[in-house]
Amino acid sequence: MTDLTRLSAAALAQALRTGDVTSVEATRAHLDRIAEVDPAVHAFLHVDAEGALASAAAADARRAEGVPEPALLGVPVAVKDIVATKGVPTTCGSRILEGWIPPYDATLVKRLREAGMPILGKTNMDEFAMGSSTEHSAFGPTRNPWDLDRIPGGSGGGSSAAVTAYEAPLAVGTDTGGSIRQPGAVTGTVGVKPTYGGVSRYGIVALASSLDQAGPVARSVLDAALLHDVIAGHDPMDSTSIDKPWPSMAEAARRSDITGLRIGVVRELGGEGYQTGVQARFDDAVALLVKSGAEVVEVSCPHFELALAAYYLILPSEASSNLARFDAMRFGLRVSPENVAAPSAEQVMEATRAAGFGDEVKRRIILGTYALSSGYYEAYYGQAQKVRTLVTQNFQAAFDQVDVLVSPTAPTTAFRIGEKLDDPLAMYLNDIATIPANLAGVPGMSLPSGLADEDGLPTGIQILAPALEDARLYTVGAVLEASLEEQWGGPLLDQAPALAAAAASSMDGR
Amino acid sequence: MTTTASGADLMAFDEALERFDPVMGLEVHVELNTVSKMFCACATTFGAEPNTQVCPVCLGLPGALPVLNAKAVESAIRIGLALNCEIARWCRFARKNYFYPDMPKNFQTSQYDEPIAYHGYTDLDVGGETFRVEIERAHMEEDTGKSLHMGGSTGRIHGADYSLVDYNRAGIPLIEVVTKPIEGAGGKAPAVARAYVAHLRDVLQGLGVSDVRMEQGSLRCDVNLSLRPFPSAPLGTRSETKNVNSLRSVERAVRYEISRQASLLVAGGSVVQETRHWHEDTGVTTSGRSKEQAEDYRYFPEPDLVPIAADHAWIEELRSTLPEQPSRRRARLQAEWGFAELEMRDVVGAGAVDLIEHTVIAGASPAAAKKWWLSELARRANDSGVALHDLAITPEQVAEVQALVESGRVNDKLARQVLDGVLAGEGSPDQVVASRRLEVVSDDGALSAAVDRAIEANPDVAAKIRGGKAAAAGALIGAVMKEMRGQADAGRVRELIVSKLS
Repeated sequence: MTDLTRLSAAALAQALRTGDVTSVEATRAHLDRIAEVDPAVHAFLHVDAEGALASAAAADARRAEGVPEPALLGVPVAVKDIVATKGVPTTCGSRILEGWIPPYDATLVKRLREAGMPILGKTNMDEFAMGSSTEHSAFGPTRNPWDLDRIPGGSGGGSSAAVTAYEAPLAVGTDTGGSIRQPGAVTGTVGVKPTYGGVSRYGIVALASSLDQAGPVARSVLDAALLHDVIAGHDPMDSTSIDKPWPSMAEAARRSDITGLRIGVVRELGGEGYQTGVQARFDDAVALLVKSGAEVVEVSCPHFELALAAYYLILPSEASSNLARFDAMRFGLRVSPENVAAPSAEQVMEATRAAGFGDEVKRRIILGTYALSSGYYEAYYGQAQKVRTLVTQNFQAAFDQVDVLVSPTAPTTAFRIGEKLDDPLAMYLNDIATIPANLAGVPGMSLPSGLADEDGLPTGIQILAPALEDARLYTVGAVLEASLEEQWGGPLLDQAPALAAAAASSMDGR
Repeated sequence: MTTTASGADLMAFDEALERFDPVMGLEVHVELNTVSKMFCACATTFGAEPNTQVCPVCLGLPGALPVLNAKAVESAIRIGLALNCEIARWCRFARKNYFYPDMPKNFQTSQYDEPIAYHGYTDLDVGGETFRVEIERAHMEEDTGKSLHMGGSTGRIHGADYSLVDYNRAGIPLIEVVTKPIEGAGGKAPAVARAYVAHLRDVLQGLGVSDVRMEQGSLRCDVNLSLRPFPSAPLGTRSETKNVNSLRSVERAVRYEISRQASLLVAGGSVVQETRHWHEDTGVTTSGRSKEQAEDYRYFPEPDLVPIAADHAWIEELRSTLPEQPSRRRARLQAEWGFAELEMRDVVGAGAVDLIEHTVIAGASPAAAKKWWLSELARRANDSGVALHDLAITPEQVAEVQALVESGRVNDKLARQVLDGVLAGEGSPDQVVASRRLEVVSDDGALSAAVDRAIEANPDVAAKIRGGKAAAAGALIGAVMKEMRGQADAGRVRELIVSKLS
């Protein structure tokens, strides 16, 4: 039998439908793959073999009943560890949640379960999704399967690495400033941040409530679309969830025509500050879009240059409040201060937060606390909200001229582990092209654009659409993906080094 | 006049008022009586087993999100309208950030600069005069959990061995009603404060939006008070007295703070801006946390909730559901009942308007209803230190008692015993009459025999009556009543005596 882990989610779903394989077989194959390569990659914080196999058996039984079945019935999936899973540990990559077992499922997890998708486990991430490299995980970094000395992006590096390393056909990520798209770009995979309100946030541990959005991580545009269709849709448990029916993203991905589509290249997201190979692959991809019949123009979004600064006020502000609940009183870590005989609740809170949060989390809590302080609120949070409005207006003006916008996803390819750890600003800059979409709530996709000549590492192209027009991303993405793969002679990931060998040599080298 | 138990070193209230003009601000927290909590579906039943009415949302578990209770918004708007407020056409919630173990998220979802209702007023009756209190705002927020400090002697955090938290209360919808500074009350300030809270309670009760039980904490009052040397002087530094949870305490706390601050100022000291705690038992306030290290709540708009845009039609629809304004209702009832101004004032002062109204609805005459509530029952309430409406008797039962009197089954004196029986939980008036055997005896056989015995025992009185001195019959009636333990129909006894001796 072919290696089941190499199949796309769409192909695996087809094989499951025809009865060529069972979900138990497919799930076991992925669990075996995890056992084989995850010691080197470290994409997972927790593998739920038992739960996944039980779900797989249930999916097989459901299929045997022969009633109309969900498209991805029996296809396993990995879930970022920021999403609450009933009975399965959820740490957010933080010591402060070590050992916490959620008593409830996030809405998107419920939907995965209802769709009969076995959950393989929980993927690694920067602590509370704060970072662009997964190095800020309290449980150690995830490694990029293309080069184990490099980062897989972040914060959702575990999810991107898991699909890159064939440990899972699909994964769920969350994207607050690029945490799905930038990892997709640096691992040569596909990641989508839906329109804000498209996927329920209920049960996703909040980083920045007004920016967070969960979305699919996959190896192809169609696979991402199939998962998007499972997890999206209105949820009365999330007040910010959009109450409207969504078109099928999978159908949009199968619509292979972009003739006459107007595409805008964002002037401010490219050129200076962007790695040569990243820019070159982006330009090539744009040329392919023209060849496919799209009209390409340059558009300007002048306030995008302020987006990063505004983002680093809004995010820490909301995070400082969202993370206040981690106080040792009701769940998670509890640390008593040393040398205090009968500590007060306040002292326990302080000691726990001091011990339980990592430096990056503390840095952002302090930033946010400051930005919201009386006397500073207007100058920081207030101004940042104004910039946010301007960014949204820039998008509106741009979408008056074009149907979708494009840019490189990240300014660089995967950097080396440790390279930017001591330079937070350099790390923050890696999200410069992805942040505007979160500020405006519009949907964005990253898909592979090729390999940079200078380092042979994957580069990504980002497609942005107006709010609610997520389907456009899939149509444009699928057309571009087909053109690119024709050029490459197959999926980009086929060019990735064979992991088992690479893992072994890398492990030897350490 | 003494002011407080520890009043020795405090300036007398009257003297304080000669020197200073008090300015008050009252903040009242009202727990709404919605079936479910503000942001989740948990029940709100008072007194349930601790931590049984909780879920991921009101426990603030990671990932949980709030969903606004529409009924709470409706109640908030109705309260705003009843207090003559403007209703915001667009408003938001805000997060009030501070750490405390009984607050699950370590921020309270509240409203800050965009309250749902603002700029209102309400007219109180204070000793027969109308006093207008301006309302600054009424806003929505969620209640916190409840900390129970165990092992200490006081139930307070100091000296406790450990604390327990009950999160059943966390997330119960609250409306905070804040007055503008109340000026010009002078010596009536304590009475105005009490009248305001009582009035607010009546309004809320009329709206049916809250249980308004101060003893259960569903109505809680904070009293801000400052003094200034004369009415046009700038406002002085204020104290904020928390935990003032009965009408009587509101009045006493204002009196106490006026005396305390006046004493301080006269001695050359200054008032510290601080939170103070009211002690019901000793009648004093003590210093709580100082506002000098004021917490910075870092308010910002709640990103997990969408703005509330109450449309005009809805607001008008809610306006049409408002009950009659208390002042208008009083005027109407006074006319219907035919009470004089002074009588009506007594009724209002005793908090008996509703009680009398319902007693009348149950069939008693207004005069009789007033008589029972304002004399017999008021005295009993006073004796046991409870409010009139907290007595264990309903207006319907009072009307029943009156019906018993009117039918002649009991007389006034027996009726009082019936009331005692009902108050003691012995059942309905009928049941009390039966079980205590209070019915008036009008059985001629029994009465006739008793009259005969009385005549026999008092031959000289009988002779006087035979001689035409009818007034002497009183002595024989008294003897019969004594024998019958008060349960004789006095009119019938007189008739029997007269007929036997004429």
